[in-house]
Amino acid sequence: MAKHKLERSEIQKAPTGIPGLDDITNGGFPQGRPTLVSGGPGSGKTLLGVSFLVNGAQQYAEPGVLMTFEENAAELAQDVRSLGYDLDSLVSQKKLIVDYIHVDRSEIEETGEYDLEGLFVRLEHAIKEIGAKRVMLDTIETLFGGLKDTGILRAELRRLFRWMRDRGITAVVTAERGEQMFTRQGLEEYITDAVISLDHRVHEQISTRRIRVVKYRGSTHGTNEYPFLIDRDGITVLPVTSLLLEHEAPNQRVSTGLESLDEMLGGKGYFRASTVLLSGTAGTGKTTLAAQFLEAACARGEKCMYFLFEESPSQLIRNMRSAGIDLQRWVDKGLLKFHADRPNRHGLETHLLAMHHAVEVFDPDVVVLDPITNLMAVGTQSDVRMMLTRVIDYFKTRGVTAVFTSLTSSTQSLEATESMISSLMDTWILVAVAEEARKRNRWIYVLKSRGMSHSNDVRAFEITDYGVRITPLDKGSPAGKPLSVASGARRTPTPTARKRK
Amino acid sequence: MSDNFALRLYVAGQTPKAVRAFSNLRKICEEYLQGRYSIEVIDLIENPALGRGDQILALPTLVRRLPTPIKKIIGDLSNTERVLVGLDLRPRPPDL
Repeated sequence: MAKHKLERSEIQKAPTGIPGLDDITNGGFPQGRPTLVSGGPGSGKTLLGVSFLVNGAQQYAEPGVLMTFEENAAELAQDVRSLGYDLDSLVSQKKLIVDYIHVDRSEIEETGEYDLEGLFVRLEHAIKEIGAKRVMLDTIETLFGGLKDTGILRAELRRLFRWMRDRGITAVVTAERGEQMFTRQGLEEYITDAVISLDHRVHEQISTRRIRVVKYRGSTHGTNEYPFLIDRDGITVLPVTSLLLEHEAPNQRVSTGLESLDEMLGGKGYFRASTVLLSGTAGTGKTTLAAQFLEAACARGEKCMYFLFEESPSQLIRNMRSAGIDLQRWVDKGLLKFHADRPNRHGLETHLLAMHHAVEVFDPDVVVLDPITNLMAVGTQSDVRMMLTRVIDYFKTRGVTAVFTSLTSSTQSLEATESMISSLMDTWILVAVAEEARKRNRWIYVLKSRGMSHSNDVRAFEITDYGVRITPLDKGSPAGKPLSVASGARRTPTPTARKRK
Repeated sequence: MSDNFALRLYVAGQTPKAVRAFSNLRKICEEYLQGRYSIEVIDLIENPALGRGDQILALPTLVRRLPTPIKKIIGDLSNTERVLVGLDLRPRPPDL
């Protein structure tokens, strides 16, 4: 990738191992230097620092020392355990040392000159004991509450940071956000190599965590605010604007799961790693079409991830069974995974970040987002477009074929699906319903499909107990009555399928 | 007062501050605690692991192990009045 070329002239980096953060910092924190991480209470600074240490110890053979100055040190181990970090096991493997220093002003009398050599000795001892390369100080500012002589304290902190630099220690120093400054005690004055700011904001009752690289000496870095997520797999930053338009466009084709639909798409189906939009009014069978594609993909042994924003997985499985598609067996085989979430539960960024993360972990070949329109209601138009661009770029770089369903309201023109998303789609298939002779007949056509010759016919589309059927309108059936080619019960959609929307 | 004072002085090497703190401590003990005190000097450079137990951060630190509760006094102990207050041998004056 192009960005790696820059690194030659840049300073050495210590990778954080936090997905996304190494992208926006161009490789990690400055090696052998301290990095300041500032943020308000609950902004995730401690977790970020602990991730840096744990990943260093586990992935980069760099043992670490965690020096905590917080009052309730026992809570720390518990907090990080909820992220899947087992500090005790790292400690017993001699990859990590956790040391607590708590200073309570009420039990200390100060008289005459002193220094913080005790801290230096303990730190040095811990570093030597396991050959530590990384150190985290969390939150050293609490010392200002424990010691009266801030003159000594400031001089000693300055000495401490220089001391760590001299030893080539990559350090993360956490600090509380101050009112005027980045930190309450102005630590940014001492740590000038790299400053990271964390933020936890609530807008319209939806909370989003954001991270920003305020300063990074001797390195290029992303300057935007990036959303990040803390879940049981740790921290993930969505580094989206650093992605370039450089993903490969494979020529490989994948079947839609329907020979008749493949035929409309140049006889071969979708392009792998392309984006497919299935749009239509309520109850037209968009989900069924998507499920048909999943069925075929799973049958080929590919992994699929289904993001649901409206129905529960069991409801979807039941409905699809009535159309002859058994998704449960793919779930049982571990090939299909559902990810159901209410659209208004989080902000758009958190949703997309969660998707990003889920895809990273499960590594699917195919994803379905059903319906994307529900998600679009969560943010403003420009936000939605930016986020979708990001997530689509991400899918494409991973070679994931993505299917989006979009609900058009019946008062809109059929092709009115938000122009902002259609331009992001490589293939756009429309499903419509026309009421004729007291029957609702479904139609399907391919509005566009980049990079292939595709049919411009409008064809009849029906959902039977055995799946979807697409038939030409002209041959063998009188125009306008496409369903007459089917006979008996087959031609009417099953009641459940019709009730779906 | 029959209580024995078990005192521990933490230092890191023979620094001027450490030497000063030790001689100040000896003087104070001889004057106010004669015959009922013991002083243990712990050099963290020789025994760095011992700093953990008493949560040592600043040096020199004097720890009153006995009588309980544990008390800590940091600095070179040059202000005798403050040391006496810190060891609970004097009531705390309002300005301290």
